[in-house]
Amino acid sequence: MLNLETPDYIANLRNGINNLAKSVLRPVARKYDEEEHAYPKELDMFRGMQILGKPKKKKKEGEEKSAADSGPAKPKKGINLSTVAVIEEMCWGDAGLLLSIPNAGLGNAAIAAVATDEQMERFGNMWAAMAITEPGSGSDSGSIGTTAILEGDEWVLNGEKIFVTCADRCDCVVVWATVDKKAGKSGIKSFVVEKDRPGFKLEHLEHKLGIRASDTGTFVLDNCRIPKNNILGSAEVKQGTEGFKGVMKTFDNTRPMVASMATGIARAAVDFMREKILENGITLDYSANPNNISAIEKEFYLMEAHLEAMRLLTWRAAWMADNEQFNNTEASMSKAKAGRYGTLITQKACELLGPLGFTRDELAEKWMRDSKIMDIFEGTGQIQHLIVARNVLEMSSKELK
Amino acid sequence: MISFTPSEEQIVMKETLEKLVQSLIKDNAHDMDEKREIPGEFIEKFRELGTAQSPIPEEHGGYGLPSSPLMNAIILEELAAGDMGYAIASTLPSLFITALLDLGSDAQKAKYLPAFAAGECEGTLAINEPRFRFDAMMPATTAEAKGGSFVINGTKCYVPLAGKAKHILVAARSGNENGLFIVDAGTAGMAVGEKEKNLGLNTLETNTVHFTECKIPEENKLTGADGYDRLLQKTRVAMAALGTGVSRASYEYARNYAKERVQFGEPIASRQAVAFMIAEMAYEVDAMRLMTWKAASSLEAGRDAKREAYLAKLYTGEMAMKITDYGVQVLGGHGYIREHPVERYYRNGRGISCLEGLAAV
Repeated sequence: MLNLETPDYIANLRNGINNLAKSVLRPVARKYDEEEHAYPKELDMFRGMQILGKPKKKKKEGEEKSAADSGPAKPKKGINLSTVAVIEEMCWGDAGLLLSIPNAGLGNAAIAAVATDEQMERFGNMWAAMAITEPGSGSDSGSIGTTAILEGDEWVLNGEKIFVTCADRCDCVVVWATVDKKAGKSGIKSFVVEKDRPGFKLEHLEHKLGIRASDTGTFVLDNCRIPKNNILGSAEVKQGTEGFKGVMKTFDNTRPMVASMATGIARAAVDFMREKILENGITLDYSANPNNISAIEKEFYLMEAHLEAMRLLTWRAAWMADNEQFNNTEASMSKAKAGRYGTLITQKACELLGPLGFTRDELAEKWMRDSKIMDIFEGTGQIQHLIVARNVLEMSSKELK
Repeated sequence: MISFTPSEEQIVMKETLEKLVQSLIKDNAHDMDEKREIPGEFIEKFRELGTAQSPIPEEHGGYGLPSSPLMNAIILEELAAGDMGYAIASTLPSLFITALLDLGSDAQKAKYLPAFAAGECEGTLAINEPRFRFDAMMPATTAEAKGGSFVINGTKCYVPLAGKAKHILVAARSGNENGLFIVDAGTAGMAVGEKEKNLGLNTLETNTVHFTECKIPEENKLTGADGYDRLLQKTRVAMAALGTGVSRASYEYARNYAKERVQFGEPIASRQAVAFMIAEMAYEVDAMRLMTWKAASSLEAGRDAKREAYLAKLYTGEMAMKITDYGVQVLGGHGYIREHPVERYYRNGRGISCLEGLAAV
């Protein structure tokens, strides 16, 4: 039964997290934007809360069986929808700080997804970053050149990884490397590299346009040795690209999360705009024909409408994941829309705010800088369009490059 | 509980209408548009399903089922994916019935609903006015109370099937509030004009209707200003559903065309410049539908949906232009020729933001 009303448990969750974002993140948002690379100690309170990439608990008998689970067609409460709802609120507070929540890195999500019990024991309490991108390998992550060679009981890793989020603050990094270059994509495996392994060096931290509270860095792996059982998943190189596709499938869960980050930042801008509009005696009553209202009202309503569309596409993708529906197209749709329109909405807010949109006394200019990354990382907007196009046109990556 | 999946019943309705549109409308829409009419049997084919009668109480001859804005949104999208004019014409009784069910007194329901339940009656809504800065919330048409009657003055346009309707529901300003007034065909002082010539919606007969000192009995007024707001919400969500349907039709046609049209030795869809337009069309049509369903969900829950309905209509109005424009552009020169439906979708799509109140969910 179709029903897009926000459920009470999500509304309550959003309220709760919004209070947290308002009281903890907003007050220091500007501070850590200015003090790029300083560790936001206020975030220590989140350690262990695992807001992103919460590991799946093994279900105990009878646990989490609500009435909604009783029929196969009944919609399920799931972690994906509540996660995107939480992320939106946190990013309404500050996106850079959300990305810096301890022990909630993308690497943690990767570990939680495939780690063995023994690996969970060793890495489960670590803060894990994710290292995929290389200087010569961006969107084409199948072309990575970092190598891993098995020597006795150890893997020897060589290469360079860039744009690693939480590079300085993390305890370990999940590194993508190839064990067999000739095997192409199927030769790519992921490895957990603890920060103190010899040959593993944080080369430098980047200076960025936005999300400055988040530390982004470059690692060099120079004959870096790690134990054999630091590999995530199987070491076997299978024929075909199934294994790589499995890795890429993680993105179907993480892309709606990024879409939600964009939604959160855009909502911050929209809320600020509304505040200013109302302060200035303009009423927003959602009734007059759009050809009968001032330009600023029309622009504002459009910002709101796009924001709502971003959220709905995002919630749908997350809801599908919760209900075990294949959501590859919908995940990319949400990010394509939210990435682009988050950027446009925050730009528009600055435009409409005039002088208030250009000063660092207000956060509007920061939101414009922060939101730009959402159309870039976890697959650029163009990559998302490519994925959506291939799916709806039913064309292969060879037919549509 | 939140759910993005339609129910069994909703899926069956969607599939039924998809088939109906495929067999009846898709291939005939071009001729219908050129001849500026819809064969009566096509309209009957839809009305036989009894969706209009569904919410009419049993005592008045209907099925007495709860009215469902979500189901109505699904119906309107599906029909509009065939032809927007067809969607409006064939569902028109529902517009009148919805207004009566929501706002009518018991006496009014008993008086009008049985004929609608029997499928013998056409009714329509007169809301748009032919003037610059028209606003549905501020009708220039007036209904003045005068000794047990209302006297209506003003001009309405884009009144669907006004020439055929037995009853026209007129939105007018009465004192300090908006109201809806039932004017029966043939009432002195009401003149139904010629069929209008419009940019789009050619298949739908619309008329300009003039009211000059048109006197109607007091009991022909439907209740309350709040009711008018509520009806407007339902029509805005309906316009959003129509916009989703026409945009989807354009998207699907352009998508299929791009796969078949070969230039430089390969389908044009294999070029990113084209493929990215198709991708954008795909997710914007989905976004339009979700915006529509979001507002319909609020209505279905009995909540005030003023904001949701407004944003849904605004969004789908803007996007219908963008998407149907893309539809023409993907076909290039061929898209400009009337043989291909994308040019019709482009003309019809313009109606979403220009007009109000052509259907209700």
